[in-house]
Amino acid sequence: MESFPSTPEELSLAITAATGLDGITHMRRLTGGASRETWSFQVGNEQRIIQRQRLTSPRDMHVEVGVLEAAYAAGVPVPRVLASSRDLVGENPVGTQFMIVTAFEGETIARKILRDEEFASARKTLPAQFGTALGKLHRINSEVPGLEDVDQIAFYKEHLRDCGQSHPAFEIAFRWLDENRPPIGRRCLVHGDFRMGNLIIGNEGLRAVLDWELAHIGDPAEDLGWLCVRAWRFGGGQPVGGIGAYEDLLEAYGEASGEYISLETLRWWEVLGTVKWGLMCISQAAYHLTGSVRSHELAAIGRRVCENEYDALLAIRELKNGKGTTRV
Amino acid sequence: MSELHDPPTAQQLVESVREWLETDVFPQVEGRLQFHTRVAMNVLAMVERELELGEEQNENYAAGLAAFQCNSEAELAEKIRTGALLSKESEVEEFVLNSVREKLRVANPKYLRDE
Repeated sequence: MESFPSTPEELSLAITAATGLDGITHMRRLTGGASRETWSFQVGNEQRIIQRQRLTSPRDMHVEVGVLEAAYAAGVPVPRVLASSRDLVGENPVGTQFMIVTAFEGETIARKILRDEEFASARKTLPAQFGTALGKLHRINSEVPGLEDVDQIAFYKEHLRDCGQSHPAFEIAFRWLDENRPPIGRRCLVHGDFRMGNLIIGNEGLRAVLDWELAHIGDPAEDLGWLCVRAWRFGGGQPVGGIGAYEDLLEAYGEASGEYISLETLRWWEVLGTVKWGLMCISQAAYHLTGSVRSHELAAIGRRVCENEYDALLAIRELKNGKGTTRV
Repeated sequence: MSELHDPPTAQQLVESVREWLETDVFPQVEGRLQFHTRVAMNVLAMVERELELGEEQNENYAAGLAAFQCNSEAELAEKIRTGALLSKESEVEEFVLNSVREKLRVANPKYLRDE
């Protein structure tokens, strides 16, 4: 096997060899997640980002390249893909799958976006911008290779079966979800993790939607419901990302997509998203408990499962009583 | 009931470490380490609450499960899944919601809100 470029110098040379992109400076590593690493660099005055898959990651980054290109073409604010390993012929000097994208300045930390004065005017426009961005995304009708259509209910029921724990609250939630499932309608490309933390925000509003790793084919309302899950409100008092009313999101979404989703449908997806995040908390704690990563932070997430049980049960009670979908 | 162990109690020991993190460590660190220190303080506070409340909560939970002819939580989950408790649906839901509230009293009491 060829040597795996791991220092900034080696990676810069490898990128030039792979893509012909010359004059790379300021190469520095930003993060190393579980599945990929992210580096930033400059070409002249332009800021660039390279994401590189880990050797052990099972994901196919080329699916995400296709998703980003489709979203960009549809006018969704996303990083533009400048080069990727998908388009290489022959050897890949970078070592594993990679993509080079444009960089954005801005804030991703929800706590700051929700509370800092500099985002005060952005907070007024963001809920509608979220709706517009999702509306454009869900209107994409070109086919992106490699995306799976995942039935969210079946998938997460199985997750609960297989997690090795019992959660009566989630059983109640799944029962309600089954009984109240909106008719299965149009399927489209969904982001899969559209929420604060994965969005770059400037003082004027939404700049870019990041983290497309979980994109799949699904129900358009899935992305809207997920954005309203209480965990993604980060303590904010309003349902849409902590800063906006349901109606602001739904109206902007309807205008951009031509498809008006009802509040009932949105809230059904919010309940499913709440259960889903609860199950994901179980998985996070399991990384610690099974010893694959030792971390008190991950361990503590296991005790956040009940926050989601609470939110799901209260939302269901509210919706059963006919509250929670009345417009104010 | 007699205790084998000498004072301090487990709760007091954990409390002492949490207080040390709060007063000596937290103000001295920043960034990621500060965040992880805060997480550690929260975890210890949770353990203190569980040591205080846990035993009684477990007893109450077992008694509540028994009222629905369940020997374990897993059995209750199974009965809800299969619909075996549909005739007592609202009682079951109230019991489960209440048990979730009890979990939050330990895990994160601030999360409980006006219902």
